[in-house]
Amino acid sequence: MAQLKLPKGSSPKAGKVWPKPKSENIREFKIYRYDPDQGGNPRIDTFFVNLDDCGPMILDALLWIKDNIDATLTLRRSCREGICGSCSMNVDGLNTLACTKGMEEVDGVIKIYPLPHLPVVKDLVPDLNNFYAQHRSIEPWLQTKTPAPGTEWLQSHGDREKLDGLYECILCACCSTSCPSYWWNGDRYLGPAVLLQAYRWLIDSRDEATGERLDNLEDPFRLYRCHTIMNCTNVCPKGLNPAQAIAEIKKLMVERQI
Amino acid sequence: MSIKTSLKKITGLGSAKTGTTHFWHQRLTALANIPLSLFLIWFIISLAGADRYLLILKLSNPIISTLLILAILSILWHMRLGMQVVIEDYITTEIRKILALTLNNFFVIGVGALSIISILKLGFGG
Repeated sequence: MAQLKLPKGSSPKAGKVWPKPKSENIREFKIYRYDPDQGGNPRIDTFFVNLDDCGPMILDALLWIKDNIDATLTLRRSCREGICGSCSMNVDGLNTLACTKGMEEVDGVIKIYPLPHLPVVKDLVPDLNNFYAQHRSIEPWLQTKTPAPGTEWLQSHGDREKLDGLYECILCACCSTSCPSYWWNGDRYLGPAVLLQAYRWLIDSRDEATGERLDNLEDPFRLYRCHTIMNCTNVCPKGLNPAQAIAEIKKLMVERQI
Repeated sequence: MSIKTSLKKITGLGSAKTGTTHFWHQRLTALANIPLSLFLIWFIISLAGADRYLLILKLSNPIISTLLILAILSILWHMRLGMQVVIEDYITTEIRKILALTLNNFFVIGVGALSIISILKLGFGG
């Protein structure tokens, strides 16, 4: 659904400016705040972080704010090392993981918003239910018709290498929520993250459901809403290339027709 | 109001099992458009200052008129496919979307038929 302007209740207003800590070495943050219990529009709060007392990453600063200034600042985080994908958010205009993005990588005031174009649960926490349902819809598990062998399913080294650049995806949703096509048609277009995961199973030499998987994807919206905008590849915090995975799926679609 | 699970919302009416032909035709016509557009530009420039008689003379050459018709078909088909995607992307009200897609088809077929008949008419002597 193309919405070129934010609805009235969603455009952020100027928020609270929190007091500066007693330090010479401080960094200014502007952070999106929204509390559904209080209602009203979202606001942009200004915080100042004492860098002498804080780690180097964006996530360190957010946790410092939570510990020292405003405990109600709400965000997801878990592993703090780019493996769990929980702390994905929009930092300085780009979707990324707060735990692997250094404060030094950003010039000036550090602006932090939740992942774009998703319903906001609170502050920096978006509602990812549809995203997870999309992942579920591509049946991301090994499917076979041949009776399971007594030992493991064998895979050659070459075939295993085909999964490199795909299996590393942590489903942080940075790519999908950076994609304008996903913004406009996120209810029908599967988005880059889920399509990369779909390709991961299509290309798996052990999987026997390739045809059914392609059938399930062959749709003007599910797959073909990708217009190679490439934001997905630009923002992926794991350095993966979802756009290429989508192009490979399209090639498979053509290949089975000619 | 309707209560649906996320999976129900996402799977919707299921896969349309189509889209690859659209994708493939868009690429094929894009490729064909490169030489055909260059030909079209050359043809238009070559007509600078020409009168109706010269135009009819040129169009009576079957190679020129065939290339011109192919250019019209390829460019219009490419335009129809591209415009269809733009409409599907940006128009969400169902009735407006169907109307815009219908007009897109009518426009392309109308302009195509008019262009081809005009070329043939002139090619066969005006």
